[in-house]
Amino acid sequence: MRFTKDHEWVALDGDVATIGITAYAAEQLGDVVFVETPEPGKTVKAGEGLAVVESVKAASDVYAPVSGEVIEANEALSGAPETVNDQPEGAGWFARVRLADKAQYESLMDRAAYDAFLETL
Amino acid sequence: MSLNNVGRPTRPTPAASTAHTSLTGARGLLQDEALIFEMGGWDKTGVDLAPADLDASDLGDLVRTAPIGLPGLSEPETVRHYVRLSQKNHAIDLALYPLGSCTMKHNPRLNEKLARLPGFADLHPMSPVSTVQGALALMDRLAHWLKTMTAMPAVALSPKAGAHGELCGLLTIKAAHEAKGQSHRRIVLVPTSAHGTNPATAAFVGYDVAEIAQTEDGRVDLADLEAKLSTDVAAIMVTNPNTCGLFERDIIEIARLTHAVGAYFYCDGANFNAIVGRVRPGDLGVDAMHINLHKTFSTPHGGGGPGAGPVVLSEALAPFAPAPWVVSDSKGFRLVEDTVDEASAGFGRMVAFHGQMGMFVRAYAYMLSHGADGLRQVAEDAVLNANYVKARLSGAMSAAFPDGPCMHEALFDDHWLEGSGITTLDFAKAMIDEGFHPMTMYFPLVVHGAMLIEPTETESLQELDRFCDALLALAAARAGDVERFTGAPYLAPLKRLDETLAARKPKLRWLAEA
Repeated sequence: MRFTKDHEWVALDGDVATIGITAYAAEQLGDVVFVETPEPGKTVKAGEGLAVVESVKAASDVYAPVSGEVIEANEALSGAPETVNDQPEGAGWFARVRLADKAQYESLMDRAAYDAFLETL
Repeated sequence: MSLNNVGRPTRPTPAASTAHTSLTGARGLLQDEALIFEMGGWDKTGVDLAPADLDASDLGDLVRTAPIGLPGLSEPETVRHYVRLSQKNHAIDLALYPLGSCTMKHNPRLNEKLARLPGFADLHPMSPVSTVQGALALMDRLAHWLKTMTAMPAVALSPKAGAHGELCGLLTIKAAHEAKGQSHRRIVLVPTSAHGTNPATAAFVGYDVAEIAQTEDGRVDLADLEAKLSTDVAAIMVTNPNTCGLFERDIIEIARLTHAVGAYFYCDGANFNAIVGRVRPGDLGVDAMHINLHKTFSTPHGGGGPGAGPVVLSEALAPFAPAPWVVSDSKGFRLVEDTVDEASAGFGRMVAFHGQMGMFVRAYAYMLSHGADGLRQVAEDAVLNANYVKARLSGAMSAAFPDGPCMHEALFDDHWLEGSGITTLDFAKAMIDEGFHPMTMYFPLVVHGAMLIEPTETESLQELDRFCDALLALAAARAGDVERFTGAPYLAPLKRLDETLAARKPKLRWLAEA
């Protein structure tokens, strides 16, 4: 699993990247009440908006950590947005993207680097 | 994702309250009020009607034979229900209100008296112009005051609220760009601390929104602005004083840079109340600015309206203003409509008629009763009161921008609560038990756990002290008394509500129990 400074995570299986927000991000946001996931088939570029997550007070963009084509969105989140709080780095994933460039994934932080980054916040 | 957007915890924390509880669940004379449908029965009524003496009906078999389910109550039951509901509203007429003018500042009773004069209150928007000369004269005078205070040559009075004014401003800017063959400009720049309505308005008009970064001391980052300005930018939207309660000290440079690339400068005038009579936006290079009459000129606001958000416009934008506006000649006053040549360059109109007459009367009454010197003092007192609160609370709470004075709002972050187990939300809820409505929480988003206090100009030193004393007492109680906060409010008719559940599974309709 790899991480961004914007608190997204990516897990790679073959060329399919599963994307979500980190436990730290979920805790900071507070109770999530709404998640807008992307339409499958949409092409996203790294750094662009992928999804929107809304807690009671604030709405935030979730940025795509890698470029590629969206092949699946986590439909379950629309009925159970609290999953993002309960299992942020598991069942609370947002979307699956077919990775265009594996080097993009490799360039992201690993767990140790991300944990070190959190220490600086 | 951007973690500037710090949400707030909302799940109630169960706390073992040692407070006295009553047998019925009532809280003294503060009654938990049922819905009128739950109280009434169809077999009760407050009025006696003679039996309808109908032999036949044209409705045939459509005549109802079953009860229709409307609640029936006696007159005293009805009166009590609504009086009890009204007592659950917190109001500026009950206490200092730290949300400030964003929600409500004191509405002088003189405004209300004048707005109720039959010559204003009983007008119909389609009355012949010859019969409403006084009302048109008032609109003309109000426009004159607004233009004079802002040093701007034109004003659109018709927008019905601040956000509606933003829409009016951006539509005017769009019309101006189109007239110059500049329709390719697609970007509107908005600082990270902006009111949410700014990017929403820009997106609604069809622009792409880009953010401008903020400096450490809470102002627009000039270097970032300069990097993002280009001939693709249609406008920037900057609030001044900004949502952190700070004056944008580089405002003239911001305007110069914006104009240098051919873009327009929209100023969100929500906080004009802090500078009215002291600073004229026209002198700063502003092209368009809305003025929330409720914030600056004390008209009522609560409940979403009726409001008024006039937009003042620069020389460059004035030709594109929406109709109608008031003009006068030897025959008296009249409204210029969008069907005539005089308004042909304008983008159309914002509303069906001329705007909120009742708000115009109240705002003009406020202006005349204060005079130019009085309005200047309003701004000075608002700023002085906020700085007094900031100074008194800064020892115990952490000011978000400790260096230098603030404008009309004192902004604190939650740094001082770190490690206490208490959040901004908990602290705000505990204020309710102490008899004060919470301040603005978790806004602006650029400040962690923000607490934004706007006392407004009308509070006396004694009242400000009473408020500060209560907050200082709460701040001192945070160590060793966490439950006072995490379970608060204890003394409200309903305790901590589950806002998350309400947002996720709202009950929008009452249904009779089966």
